[in-house]
Amino acid sequence: MSNEKTLGEVLRQQGITRRGFLKFCAATASMMALPPSMVPRIAEALEKARRPSVIWLSFQECTGCTESLTRSHSPTVEGLIFNAISLDYHHTLQAAAGTHAELARTKAMEENYGKYILVVDGSIPVANPAFSTIAGISNLAMLEETAKGAAAIISVGTCAAFGGIPHANPNPTGAVAVSDIIKDKPIINVPGCPPIPVVITGVLAQFLTFGVIPELDALGRPLAFYGKSIHDRCYRRPFYDKGLFAETFDDEGAKLGWCLYKLGCKGPTTYNACATTKWNEGTSFPIESGHPCLGCSEPDFWDGGGFYKAISMPTGDITRTAVYAIGAGAAAGVALGAVNRARKARAQKAHERVTIEDLNKDS
Amino acid sequence: MSASFKRGINSFKEQMDAPVAAFFSSCVRCGLCSQACLFYTETGDPKYTPINKLEPMRRVWQQEYSFWGKLASALGISKPVTDAELTEWETLVYDSCTLCGRCSMVCPVGNDIAYMIRKMREGMAASGHAPEGLIGATQRAITIGSPMGVKLPALQAQIRHVEKDLGCTVPVDVQGVDYMLLLSSMEIMNFPEFIGAITRIFRHAGISWTISSQAFEATNSGIQIGVSEIAAELVERVVRAATELKVKYVISPECGHAYMAIRWEGPNLIGRPYDFKVVHILELLDELRTSGRLQTSGKETQRLTYHDPCQIARRGGVVQQPRNLLREVAADFVEMPEAGIMNWCCGAGGGVSANERADEIRLKAFIRKKKQLDEINPDALVSACSNCRIQLEDGLEENEMDIPVLSLTEIIADHLVEKEQKEGQQP
Amino acid sequence: MTETELLMWARGPALQVATVIFLLGIMVRILEILVLGRKANLAEARGSAVAGGLRTIVTRSFPDRGTLQRSTFNIVAGYVFHTGFFVVLFLFAPHILVFRDLLGFGWPSIPTPIIDATTLVTIITLLAVLLHRVQDKVMRFLSRFQDYLAWFVTILPLVTGYLAFHRIGLTPPTLIAIHILSVELLMVVFPFTKLMHAFTLFMARYYNGAIAGYKGVNS
Repeated sequence: MSNEKTLGEVLRQQGITRRGFLKFCAATASMMALPPSMVPRIAEALEKARRPSVIWLSFQECTGCTESLTRSHSPTVEGLIFNAISLDYHHTLQAAAGTHAELARTKAMEENYGKYILVVDGSIPVANPAFSTIAGISNLAMLEETAKGAAAIISVGTCAAFGGIPHANPNPTGAVAVSDIIKDKPIINVPGCPPIPVVITGVLAQFLTFGVIPELDALGRPLAFYGKSIHDRCYRRPFYDKGLFAETFDDEGAKLGWCLYKLGCKGPTTYNACATTKWNEGTSFPIESGHPCLGCSEPDFWDGGGFYKAISMPTGDITRTAVYAIGAGAAAGVALGAVNRARKARAQKAHERVTIEDLNKDS
Repeated sequence: MSASFKRGINSFKEQMDAPVAAFFSSCVRCGLCSQACLFYTETGDPKYTPINKLEPMRRVWQQEYSFWGKLASALGISKPVTDAELTEWETLVYDSCTLCGRCSMVCPVGNDIAYMIRKMREGMAASGHAPEGLIGATQRAITIGSPMGVKLPALQAQIRHVEKDLGCTVPVDVQGVDYMLLLSSMEIMNFPEFIGAITRIFRHAGISWTISSQAFEATNSGIQIGVSEIAAELVERVVRAATELKVKYVISPECGHAYMAIRWEGPNLIGRPYDFKVVHILELLDELRTSGRLQTSGKETQRLTYHDPCQIARRGGVVQQPRNLLREVAADFVEMPEAGIMNWCCGAGGGVSANERADEIRLKAFIRKKKQLDEINPDALVSACSNCRIQLEDGLEENEMDIPVLSLTEIIADHLVEKEQKEGQQP
Repeated sequence: MTETELLMWARGPALQVATVIFLLGIMVRILEILVLGRKANLAEARGSAVAGGLRTIVTRSFPDRGTLQRSTFNIVAGYVFHTGFFVVLFLFAPHILVFRDLLGFGWPSIPTPIIDATTLVTIITLLAVLLHRVQDKVMRFLSRFQDYLAWFVTILPLVTGYLAFHRIGLTPPTLIAIHILSVELLMVVFPFTKLMHAFTLFMARYYNGAIAGYKGVNS
């Protein structure tokens, strides 16, 4: 895990040609919506980059984020970026175990104090910190300790960014996001369940190139990848606009690829790059495969009223309520109507016959 | 006993029914009724907006018959109607409303505002807020038998004139005939030619008819002032006479509200159906025309137009008959704009003409009729209501318009084909 | 409260309460009217009251020429915003989904660009209608607080719906929550105001036509 070699040296060692390297830089630039003129700058920066130390903490997570990132069948840009960093601590990927693993972490923290990047996946339980521990240290304590010397924190996955599935109702572990605990460090949220691999690496690449946090939205997510909703980039959008919806998963509309709004698609309220970047190296994404978007990069998507119910739908049984209300209203209305009739009858009974003598008021 | 505020409010409460509740619930304050009301169009004063004339009664409905209104009253946060307000509303309900019902035709949510004004008058009268002139007319109607104080001798005098002119008798108190004719005081005193016209027509058509000396008055101040028991008493007189004389039909003459009183309100006022039928004179004349018993010759050459009396046409249902009849006797009959059920009121019906206080405003309201006439420039104006006739004559004179107002019945009579006297035709 | 919590509350308990108030309130007001009843008419009928009543329910939607000439703005603007409101409410796909959830059946929707344009036209017309209510001397004279409240709760769902659809200003879940809440406000206010005319006008027109039809007049 030496970080004395520059990235350029490491890549050449691996047999990556200059041409391949520049292709990677161009791809990165275009993904970040940077002009082609930036490519030489990216190349220069990465060439000379001292591989920064990255400490990856995994808390209450399913390891899906790591799986997403590392699942590849051929050399990919994701693979390249792993060579640009010195991944000094990662549960799934590290060779060491036990005290040696923890030593690696603390050593990396000391040696790179103030400069290392802290990546977190998984949520942190605060109801009882003992719910999730590593080497006897609670997630909460480890996060607070490790964050102190970090240059920046990247919360990978919806669990780390917003609490994710452990945070869903009734949240028995008191799971919270990284940003709920750490308040004094720059945090980049990279949500998704899991996030798209290239989104993770793209954020890292930008940080390595420019040394600054990318432009973030109100939820702390990089605008470059989370600035548009699925709905805005979905290839099925024309069907939505025309009002052509699949009603079930296997009806004619579904087979014709119509919009999945009626099946509960959260596309309109979900901000991610799935519709453009797609998954598995651009193979497909859920909607294209015929399944409504779950909204997995949004906070509380598990508590959104159901994956197969549109976000604007009532959550309870409205029909039953309506029937009861009409019934109760009918009963109340008849009762009040009877009161009215009685009042009128009383008035009629109290009527005093008006004669021609009664037309003037006695003065 | 005297009128009292308490009796008035109680009366409002009695008047509530499903239509009233539906109407008040539906009003969306769109103001369309104002442009249908001649009192608004000729003054531009928003207080004459028809639905506004009902405001005190609306508040009583809300506070007494709607759940939230009752709750608000119980909590003391609603404004109860006061006697002062009823005083303020007196001119709106009586002076600037003729019950013409034009507002009821245009309300987009379907409110029959005239229906409600009629009901509101019950409470206004019971609380002593009816106009003086109308009170006097009503008292005379009950005690003397005519709102204008016309007594039997006066009628008999007019009858003698007619008999002398025509050389035949006018049947009075004849039992077992088909038709009993009513007359309005206005006709007896101001337009007695009507009696002559009727006599001629009935002789021509071979109608068996009579007038009752006990009940000859057609008008009904009770429905104008809005006191149902007084209106009922006046109707009972007619019913009694008709029953005693065993007639098949009672004829309502050329008078607007008289038709409404005897034809539509009557049985409901007395609480039982009649054992005779009611026809308006126009209906009868048209029936005679279609059955061939009415033969006319010659036509008026002057340009004639027809004013629809509100209570006969829009509120009464007799719309086509006068036109059928006029076409028989008029060579140049032209309709005024918005003729028929949407015609504009003359401005003096519903008790307004009996109310001196309303003189100024009813002449202002007449301008609406003037505007209609200005568009067609007729030589003469025909109508079938004596009250309309008086108002139209007043208004035309005030505006220096030289247009005579004619009675349709009289025109028909003037064009009767003189048949050979048949033997035994006259009693 | 997070935005998701707000949205879930709007879709859940708030909607339940609003539905109860809305439907119970409407039933009470309708029955309060109907149960009062009316006296039988003892006069001899010339025409059919029932036919007249049913007829006027339809024909009263078509004003006579004179009225149309004298009150053109009121009538035209009224039709435009009512039609627009119903088109947006009943023919927009996400709305139809809610009705299907409630009733068990839905119906075809119309393309969203048309709904979008209709919403704008309706909002503009409603603004014009308010201006007219304030400027026209009869309407100003007649109008009470309730008339302005009814206007407000009617335009609010249109505006919030437009903002939610276009995702302007706040996050989408918040905008949708606000839209749903604005509809719930309309539902809750409805039975206490003149908005009841949506239901009671059928009764009022019927009674009007019946009274006239009995006498042989088409009102």
